[in-house]
Amino acid sequence: MAFPLAGLRRKTIIPGFGLTLGFTIAYLSLIVLIPLAATFAESFKIGWHDFWRVVMSSRALAAYGLSFGAATAAASLNFVLGTLVAWVLVRYRFPLKRVLDAFVDLPFALPTAVAGIALTTLYAPGGWFGMPLASLGVHVAFTRLGIVIALTFVGMPFVVRTVQPVLEDLDKEFEEAAASLGAGRWQTFARVVYPAIFPAALTGFALAFARGVGEYGSVIFIAGNMPMRTEIAPLLIVTKLEEYDYTAATSIAVVMLTVSFVLLFGINSLQRWSSRGERSG
Amino acid sequence: MVSAIELRGAAPAVRESAWVRGLLIGTSVIFLGAFLLAPLAVVFAVALGKGLAAYAASFRDADTLSAIRLTLLAAAIAVPANLVFGVAAAWCIGKFEFFGKSFLIALIDLPFSVSPVVAGLAYVLLFGAHGALGPWLTDHNVRVIFAVPGILLVTIFVTVPFIARELLPLISAQGNDEEEAALTLGASGWQTFLKVTLPNVKWALLYGVILCNARAMGEFGAVSVVSGHIRGLTNTMPLQIEVLYNDYQFVPAFTVASLLALLALATLVIKSIVEWKAGKVGSQPT
Repeated sequence: MAFPLAGLRRKTIIPGFGLTLGFTIAYLSLIVLIPLAATFAESFKIGWHDFWRVVMSSRALAAYGLSFGAATAAASLNFVLGTLVAWVLVRYRFPLKRVLDAFVDLPFALPTAVAGIALTTLYAPGGWFGMPLASLGVHVAFTRLGIVIALTFVGMPFVVRTVQPVLEDLDKEFEEAAASLGAGRWQTFARVVYPAIFPAALTGFALAFARGVGEYGSVIFIAGNMPMRTEIAPLLIVTKLEEYDYTAATSIAVVMLTVSFVLLFGINSLQRWSSRGERSG
Repeated sequence: MVSAIELRGAAPAVRESAWVRGLLIGTSVIFLGAFLLAPLAVVFAVALGKGLAAYAASFRDADTLSAIRLTLLAAAIAVPANLVFGVAAAWCIGKFEFFGKSFLIALIDLPFSVSPVVAGLAYVLLFGAHGALGPWLTDHNVRVIFAVPGILLVTIFVTVPFIARELLPLISAQGNDEEEAALTLGASGWQTFLKVTLPNVKWALLYGVILCNARAMGEFGAVSVVSGHIRGLTNTMPLQIEVLYNDYQFVPAFTVASLLALLALATLVIKSIVEWKAGKVGSQPT
């Protein structure tokens, strides 16, 4: 292969480097890079003034605020309950545990539109959960709380699945040492177990947050979609696109894309930190 | 491990008291039950709520059948495309050291962190009537946006990482020794891949394929942006669910949804079997 890159690889007799790398780069360029670059290129045509007017409009600010706020709330809920579920699945034995464990991945496998209409039906005023909640004065469907519920659903597997393997690998001897030195169970958890699983839980939080910020399908059914109140940022892009306002749609999309890049970078750094902790632990 | 088990009986301080255990297990079961089992149950409850006859009647709708066909087509294109990509990417990243490797890995993950709506918009901006390639495509009478090709392209986009992400950790963890031995003994590169590498990663490969398939059939946001929602032509199953639901046709909407819910259940069952076969405990999040 006449690739200049070939000189950079470690010496090995395994074939296919040029072919597979060339294919990988070509495929990623065509499917991922060029379309995303087109979005940025399109945004440069808009002009600073129009771009600023759109992305700082009160409706757009309300949409980002809602998307980030609801994603933070849902990821926080998953941070706490996901860690708890991981703990229970790793440490305890109880009937149907294996089934429950398998079900944790349901949000990865169930299409978001199905989740959206199912959650809306559950939490609608006459639904299984909506009826008792309404009698307590809590309204979920078509409110911001509904958005948090939907994002909690889609983000649930992340924290459980990042914390679970770390807990499984955690040597019980550390806890025994802490206990024999007189630490109570809660103290042992807070001082020994929690620091060990924190990087993994934080990675799960970041993954759930990133997923929640961009989520569309499961949210639009339950949200009510009122501008300024229950309109998430991805929906605002779709609305602008349906009005043929390409300038506005592209501007908001560029803001979202930039956030995605920052999150991707952050998650990669977290994962490196997390795997370093695993190796030394 | 033996000492840990012995100690568990001897030293209650490394174990929680029975009521704490009960409380934690109870909270987890309620949380998972309310957030996972209840939505799944309600899909089947509504779909079958008016009886089996009404359930079956939902399949007599021509638009629903065409949506099912389009969804099958999207998965039939996207899964093999990303299978070839996943194997190629895992091979070059897992078996070789080169400059820019971690950048390439991050790039493969990118579709996971981009909002599906933004992905759809990116394709509209490139291939749409106002897009960069729009005039050229119009001159040559090719429709990508608001047509089937656009749906196929965005489905490939959102499912790019699945198979590569499952294969990569395994292929790089296994090292090159077995492959180098096979090559030294005179096997061709292709033979080495099929007879040495593939058997080692076949369960991860299968798991990647079923996850990729589930997402390809279920994608909503990205497909919604490029589809144009032309009934009977460019509606996939998730889009058809939205159309029926917004028309207050709840039984047909949930009937289509129940098919995708069954697909999700099948995905979870196959995943459990794959994990059991591969003997690995827990799984990497995607």
